[in-house]
Amino acid sequence: MLCDKCNKNTATIHFTKIINNHVEERHLCETCAKENNYLDFTFEVPFSFEKLFTGLIDSMPEDSGKRRVVACPKCGLTYKKFQEVGKFGCAKCYEVFERNISSLLKGIHGHNTHQGKVPINTKDKIVQKKAIESLKLELEKSIEKEDFERAAYLRDEINRLKEKLGEI
Amino acid sequence: MVKWLEGIGNDEDVVVSTRLRLARNLANYRFPNFMTDDEAEALTDEILNGMKDNVYDVPYKFYRIRDLSDIERSVFVEKHLISPNLAKKLDGGSFLIRNDERATVMINEEDHIRIQVLMPGLNFEEGWEISSKIDDSIEGKVEYAYHEKFGYLTSCPTNVGTGLRASVMVHLPCISMTGHINSIIEGLTKIGLTVRGIYGEGTKASGYLFQISNQTTLGESEEDIIKKLNRVVQEIISRERSTRAYMLDKRNHQMEDMIFRSYGILKYGRIISSAEAMNHLSNVKLGCDLGMIDYIKPKDIIKLMIKIQPASLQKTVNRDLTYEERDMYRAELIRKKIRSLEG
Repeated sequence: MLCDKCNKNTATIHFTKIINNHVEERHLCETCAKENNYLDFTFEVPFSFEKLFTGLIDSMPEDSGKRRVVACPKCGLTYKKFQEVGKFGCAKCYEVFERNISSLLKGIHGHNTHQGKVPINTKDKIVQKKAIESLKLELEKSIEKEDFERAAYLRDEINRLKEKLGEI
Repeated sequence: MVKWLEGIGNDEDVVVSTRLRLARNLANYRFPNFMTDDEAEALTDEILNGMKDNVYDVPYKFYRIRDLSDIERSVFVEKHLISPNLAKKLDGGSFLIRNDERATVMINEEDHIRIQVLMPGLNFEEGWEISSKIDDSIEGKVEYAYHEKFGYLTSCPTNVGTGLRASVMVHLPCISMTGHINSIIEGLTKIGLTVRGIYGEGTKASGYLFQISNQTTLGESEEDIIKKLNRVVQEIISRERSTRAYMLDKRNHQMEDMIFRSYGILKYGRIISSAEAMNHLSNVKLGCDLGMIDYIKPKDIIKLMIKIQPASLQKTVNRDLTYEERDMYRAELIRKKIRSLEG
């Protein structure tokens, strides 16, 4: 078989490219393959799937007027960078870009709220966080009522729970 | 040797294997693509420590990608034990494999942790149970990245939520030959499932083997994802079986001819490419499943399909081979194997 490109040399390099079930075959000689960078061959798909879904956010309305660059404090990722690579840098990114992510996930999965397994540790944490919130309310009330003995007890209790959660 | 295929699974005439994969990350580390080497090292230690008193008594073996040769890495990929992506992670990639090969814990792939469980035949229930238990035991030792609304956090937003990718590898020669496969692929896509070739994303289907998996990971519980996939696979199994029965009834001679021609080529051929071999092995496996070749177990053909892949082949002869040499060694290996199976 002769090379598709030069039609002179024997084709020794064969490629099959499949995009959306459309099959394209190429048969090249080594020289032509090199010239066209076909030998620089990695398993990456040249067509970026990430671009496809980050495209979902490009079309979303911008915050009215104010445009400042927000970067994740833990890994330094900016939203612009995320749009390029389609991957987040750390768990913190999900908090930093929460609003954008919520609609992004809806676009990808059709949902934006998790159903199913919850880590056991986290389950305890959620319970504790809620407990702290209700103690705080109670604390405010006892200060209003000038029940300082109770307030002191509640303050210590809140600090104890926070310490347990690693927040202090 | 492909250990994880040992044992008897359900519906093995159509379903080769079931795979469950869970993506997990640790809260306190940046995701693998953003990590320094030191972080990767510390994370690996933490995960290894987390795996120490795993609920299962079966021992695990630990490998670092950089300690393996190119061929060794590819053999793990060809046996489906690690992902092609992990095999490329020379910096911080490593993995633990359970001795029976049914469970792998990949470290620093795209996510910090990828738990994979492989079962022969159709077996989502047990697969899910095993992967969830491994998950629980790691979680007892580390702090996972988890968000109250979004669930388990992952490097790529397509895996967020459950982090679960459940899949089956199915052998669909008759649905494919009658041309019904395209409408099935279309239908599956519509209900949120994906069909791929046997070595994952972007690979071509070969030997009429297809991988069917869930596309989305957020919004449905693990049980619901698995239930849905299970129902669909049952439907596909029954369609493949009825098409086989129909073809056997209406085209018996042609079927027999096709199967035994393939058998002849495998038994006597001297040069064979992996694509050609996969097609003939697929035909012979069909012959075994239909009882035309009753002295060979279909699973032996599946094992052979893995053994003839380029890296596995080169591991057998213990050296690098040129393309031409590969095709010759492949033919030789198949010839020998068929003879030994004939007894």
